[in-house]
Amino acid sequence: MKYIDEYRDPDIVRRVAAKIRDSVTRQWSIMEICGGQTHAIMKYNLTELLPPEITLIHGPGCPVCVTPLEKIDKALVLASIEGTILASFGDMMRVPGTSSDLLRAKAEGADVRVVYSPLDALKTAIANPERKVVFFAIGFETTAPANALALIQAARMELSNFFLLSSHVLVPPAIRAILSSEDTSIDGLLAPGHVCTVTGYDDYIDLASEFNLPVAVTGFEPIDILHGILTTVQMLESGRNEVENCYSRSVNREGNPHALKTMYDVFEVCDRQWRGIGLIPGSGLAIRDKYSAFDAEKHFTLNNIVSKEPEICIAGAVLRGTARPSDCPAFGISCTPEHPLGAPMVSSEGACAAYYHYKSQH
Amino acid sequence: MCLAIPGKITGFFTENGIRMAKVSFSGVIRTVCTEWVPEAKIGDYIISHAGTAISVLDPKEAEETLSLLDEMN
Ligand code: SF4
Repeated sequence: MKYIDEYRDPDIVRRVAAKIRDSVTRQWSIMEICGGQTHAIMKYNLTELLPPEITLIHGPGCPVCVTPLEKIDKALVLASIEGTILASFGDMMRVPGTSSDLLRAKAEGADVRVVYSPLDALKTAIANPERKVVFFAIGFETTAPANALALIQAARMELSNFFLLSSHVLVPPAIRAILSSEDTSIDGLLAPGHVCTVTGYDDYIDLASEFNLPVAVTGFEPIDILHGILTTVQMLESGRNEVENCYSRSVNREGNPHALKTMYDVFEVCDRQWRGIGLIPGSGLAIRDKYSAFDAEKHFTLNNIVSKEPEICIAGAVLRGTARPSDCPAFGISCTPEHPLGAPMVSSEGACAAYYHYKSQH
Repeated sequence: MCLAIPGKITGFFTENGIRMAKVSFSGVIRTVCTEWVPEAKIGDYIISHAGTAISVLDPKEAEETLSLLDEMN
């Protein structure tokens, strides 16, 4: 068992897809919350295997896409401060700010470094004690604990040159906001398997009963996604609004208590702006007061930043699931991965990038 | 960043007081923090995000899911 090829087995894929076709009797719209799932769906052309009754709606689960423009503009200002090092996940490098992006800032001489993990950013701070290192800490519940761990380590080591530009978001409040809005028609949900690996799925049990819909906790391989869809369809067809765990090799109901403890030691729940969506109450994580010395927004003066979204980009509607990337007038014309106008065209979890990369291939 | 493929633990070491592991992701070796998966052993497969392991994959559950789907007709 290597947990990859087995879950791409064409025989099983066909069998599960046939079972979905056999089970469905009417139209259903199912949202896959996570952008990683959107990419797998496009990459393996899974919609081709589904009966026409099933519509997949792409969800907001792309952390890069929902990071507010203002934060990107702040990162650009921080990168431009003499002597600072701005460390970032690679995915953020090409996300457009109001007038530039981190890759361009780097080309123009700013010290911007791509890191694979927040602990690598911490190492950069340890190796450069005379420089201030700001880590652009974004992400969902999957990444927030790792970012928190780097901060705890910095405090333990009494570093005074390591800071987080923090922009963390929580999935369930955003799904609640989307399900509450009038322009959505979602019958069932595929919950994000890796977020649930950290948090468990009690919050999704609440969502299922609040909105009367079934939820399948779902992984990322083709068989995982089809399994999640099949389970959701079976619950829809039999009128069961429950949560089923289709990713039990990684997820259990309680989540990972160690990761959660680290996350909530450093962060507390706050209201958060989602790029393209707007303010969602209780949907973010803010650095607790006891760690405020490591908060880049408190340490540096970041006033007078005026952020402005490009008018043509409909990323908000794409992230809410009310439009598809191909509905955007700029898609593939003025907006491409080489010249992105919005974040969903950049990120490896963005729906626009998924459509662009895989649509032509099929 | 949330895309995470399983990796196989090939060894452990300690760095700045943190329990780290060498992990092979389809042959590419990376360093991963294993503070939150104290049960992890060499040979286990883990899911990691941003360089930190968040779960050890459960072979029994994996097998059961596959055989359930495989027997479907
Ligand atoms: S295609 Fe580009 S401009 Fe259109 S919604 Fe996607 S990111 Fe925005």
